[in-house]
Amino acid sequence: MDARRMSRAVPRVRQVGFFTPNTPVQQPRPQSAAPSSESPPLSDSPASNSLSPVMIPPPRHLSDNLGGRTAAVPVPGRENSGELPTVGSYNPSESVLWLDSPPRSRIGDEELSEGAESSLGWYRRSNSAKFASSLPSGGFNLSTVKHPESVAAVEAKNPLPGKSEAQKEQASSSKPLKAKTTKAERRALQESQRAAKAASKAEANKSGTAGGAPSSKPMKQPPLKKDGPPVASSIAASERIGVDRSVEKERKKDLPPPRKQFDDESRGGRAKRRSVLNQPEARNRVELFRHLPPHKNGTQLPYLQSKFFELHEKHPAVYKVGLQYLAGDLSGGNARCIAMLQAFQEAIRDYSTPPEKTLTRDLTSKIGGFVSFLIECRPLSMSMGNAIRFLKSRIARLPLTLSESEAKTTLCSDIDRFINEKIVLADKVILRHAATKIRDGDVLLTYGSSCVVEMILLYAHELGKQFRVVVVDSHPMLEGQKLLRRLVVKGLSCIYTQLNAISYVMHEVTRVFLGASSIFSNGTVYSMVGTASVAMVAHAFRVPVLVCCEAYKFHERVQLDSICFNELGDPDAISKVPGRVDVNFLDNLTDKQKENLELLNLKYDATPSDYISVIVTDYGMIPPTSVPVIVREYRKEYLLI
Amino acid sequence: MDFQVVVLAGGNSKNLTPLVSKELPKPLLPVANCPVLNYVLHQLEQSNLKDLIVVVEGEDAALLVGAWISGTFIDRLHVEIAAVPEDIGTAGALRAISHHLTAKDILVVSGDLVSDVPPGALAATHRRHDAAVTTMLCSIPVSGPLESGSSGGKDKAKKLGRYNIIGLDPSKQFLLHIATEIEKDARISKRILHAVGQMEMRSDLMDAHMYAFKRSVLQEVLDVKDTFQSLKEDVLPYLVRSQLKSEALLNRTPQGEENSTEKVSSQNNQAFISRILANASTPSFHGIYSENPDGSSSTRKTHKCCVYIASSSSYCVRLNSIQAFMDINRDVTGDADHLLSPNNIIGPSPKLGTKTTVGPNCRLGEGSEMGDKCQVKRSIIGRHCRIGSHVKVVNSVVMNHVTIGDGCIIQGSVICSNVQLQERVELKDCQVGAGFVVTAGSEYKAESLAKKEK
Repeated sequence: MDARRMSRAVPRVRQVGFFTPNTPVQQPRPQSAAPSSESPPLSDSPASNSLSPVMIPPPRHLSDNLGGRTAAVPVPGRENSGELPTVGSYNPSESVLWLDSPPRSRIGDEELSEGAESSLGWYRRSNSAKFASSLPSGGFNLSTVKHPESVAAVEAKNPLPGKSEAQKEQASSSKPLKAKTTKAERRALQESQRAAKAASKAEANKSGTAGGAPSSKPMKQPPLKKDGPPVASSIAASERIGVDRSVEKERKKDLPPPRKQFDDESRGGRAKRRSVLNQPEARNRVELFRHLPPHKNGTQLPYLQSKFFELHEKHPAVYKVGLQYLAGDLSGGNARCIAMLQAFQEAIRDYSTPPEKTLTRDLTSKIGGFVSFLIECRPLSMSMGNAIRFLKSRIARLPLTLSESEAKTTLCSDIDRFINEKIVLADKVILRHAATKIRDGDVLLTYGSSCVVEMILLYAHELGKQFRVVVVDSHPMLEGQKLLRRLVVKGLSCIYTQLNAISYVMHEVTRVFLGASSIFSNGTVYSMVGTASVAMVAHAFRVPVLVCCEAYKFHERVQLDSICFNELGDPDAISKVPGRVDVNFLDNLTDKQKENLELLNLKYDATPSDYISVIVTDYGMIPPTSVPVIVREYRKEYLLI
Repeated sequence: MDFQVVVLAGGNSKNLTPLVSKELPKPLLPVANCPVLNYVLHQLEQSNLKDLIVVVEGEDAALLVGAWISGTFIDRLHVEIAAVPEDIGTAGALRAISHHLTAKDILVVSGDLVSDVPPGALAATHRRHDAAVTTMLCSIPVSGPLESGSSGGKDKAKKLGRYNIIGLDPSKQFLLHIATEIEKDARISKRILHAVGQMEMRSDLMDAHMYAFKRSVLQEVLDVKDTFQSLKEDVLPYLVRSQLKSEALLNRTPQGEENSTEKVSSQNNQAFISRILANASTPSFHGIYSENPDGSSSTRKTHKCCVYIASSSSYCVRLNSIQAFMDINRDVTGDADHLLSPNNIIGPSPKLGTKTTVGPNCRLGEGSEMGDKCQVKRSIIGRHCRIGSHVKVVNSVVMNHVTIGDGCIIQGSVICSNVQLQERVELKDCQVGAGFVVTAGSEYKAESLAKKEK
């Protein structure tokens, strides 16, 4: 499954270059028409640029899919595992399906064919058109970072056809390419084999089950995150969904009764077996966001707790962090990342290599197990993905001559260094930079509670600058109150308001400081939900928006919307107001009425780069367009640290 | 998971006098034909906790218990039996084995707990909050026979007095006050009340005698307060009382050790990191309290006392009185029959006479024989019992090797091993100690019969 996804994601990623993020779907088509032809590079990319209207397909795919799905799968019946025999509901889906199946199937075919016999033409084009320089180590890094299995399979020898794949791979990771390293070749081969295998498997699966994206949540999420950096892009994500569904839809044509994606017997069973946690019931969730992993609500906590002693392969420290994520005791990108790294550090300290295994391999898989456990507790943030990537690359790069204890100390000090350099020092540098932008008499607005923004405010206050702070907050987290408390205690003068009053306070604000969970390489800022509205309002009022974000949170993915990749929060959290017994309008609905109610509690949103004036990072203050440069130029250093 | 498990099995309990004896210490008291300790051990085994320390009061009892454990769990559990002198209390027992404790956290379970609450849940709560002590609370079990007997109502009223008064914080995660008896006045620390702002007093919860302690804290307390006798009555209330002014020794934070090897700057960084972490986590009142007015974290030491409240659907009772013994026997065969471990199924079907009826919720041990026209309802009959004809056994527990003569009527009673009931004995709400002989035709009501100890 994983393999199939990866191979799917690969081609798309290549299209999502930094310069033309809008041309994703165009490229595969000509390519699929002539998979083996060495098509000239220049003819293609300009065309795709000019054809920008046609790039709409990915979203259309999505919406079509959704439409098809709504038609095919009535919402309330999702939980029941019975079939839905109604012809009326089925037919429309079919018609929709027919409408857009040609392009989709083409994409699918293209992938498969490309997996089976790789297309050199592609690679050439992408290479010459966009990516100039190469990192010889790129392929290696990737292969080590990705999957234990891939590491293991690097051994497989057959240098022939996979080249282009590999380069695509590298290209996608913004690691441009030139040297065709043998490793890359091998990797590519393996990639193609895997793709072929996965394709056949997918065939079987799909015809058997027609299970969809959400049901495979535990499996889907990891590839997104783990190899997210190199492989997945926003478009890839959205398109992938589209493709998944398209394939699945085609199966559906053959199999009249449409099925649910969550509660499908075999799929659900498989997912369940794999996961530690119970899969929460797929309750009424908003149609557009069904592909996101459902929120692990509080009911999971007791279950996980009762399993405490049974999951002895999870290190207690990791377990504790997982519980804290799940219970919501720990939130905030930096804190979660630090907690995770410290837990890993402890786990590594207590680690001992089992007999007949090598530390490099075994520890990597062990960390992988920890990571998937943490993902089950709560989806990882980008920053954590980057940190994990770093750690795994460090493990893979351990010299074989090191003894176990030496290796462990090396790793622990590496983790320490990562925390210190990438988070602590980065924050300190950001403080310095950002403080220069604060002048006496400023009114600074911040949203939510970002730890780096808080530090900036306190630092500027310590410097003796006179300014006021507007803390904007929103339900249901009300994190701003925590920030507010700490600021007020330190003697800053603050204004506290809710997000819905933002337009009233904005006119007197002179700067907006925002934190970010991640910044994508198209400059999109992925941050706590509501940030986008703050940035947009600020933009409308011509107030400069400064986003403060450590560079380790940068991500080479490209994301255009906040739909295809996001996180769902606890739906109950928004239907209840804590401490207000009188606001209980949603409390006593009957079950039947509740079927009509869908609660959406999104955690993040994406702020387009247009609304951002400057990004303050540890490499200085940069415009959002420079994010890919940082990602590209410092990636090597970042992995070598 | 770095947990060490201590099972406090106890020895001879005074509360259960006629039932337990030198030959049959409390841990081996059969509940549904299976020693009560088995329930705890089984529960622990299922939670994958295989290294246990079982503390038994008294050498003889320890030998008996040890023999039984090694016979039953021979290859499944790794059990250390520790014998401690009698009457040193639970805290004393722990103090006696304190040097055996090495793990980071200690799980202390009472040996008389019959429960289906997974100990992992408690341990996980403990870890998640990084608490000094976590205790399991469960709702007070319904006591008394199902059809409440004549004295049922009165009993209940009396019982309530024995349960705890427990103060919780609004999120029901922290223990703020615990008192074992209802006293005229309860003293609540003003400091705690001020820090929390709101306290919820509950009397419908019971301390289930399952605790997770931080080892350093536990050993410290046991060392310093050497008069403490009981975990429940001394140690726990002490820890709860002092949670906001805990002595420095209780709170040796590991942070100092972690990074002391490096330079000053790294300590600086450490502080930085811990501040990030602290700001990101949901603050408990401990954190808020220990914060100085100017926001910096101060030297005020606190430790957390957490609770894990078992869901009301789970079963959790302690066998600490005869009434509890009856209740557990009833429940284990009835509502909570999932507690019975698989090795506790009904033995080879006993020989029944003609027209003998055995009702539901009964359990007959192997090799028991019953005569004609007997009636057994909601009762447990042990192994190798010999029951004559026209016998009626209702709501009772009959242990092993009991001989019951013809025409006996037994209601709501406990009959220990090797008892002989001669013909036409009528017992109601009685406890008959081991080896007692009830003469023919006698009638007893609500009495406790036992052999006179020499």
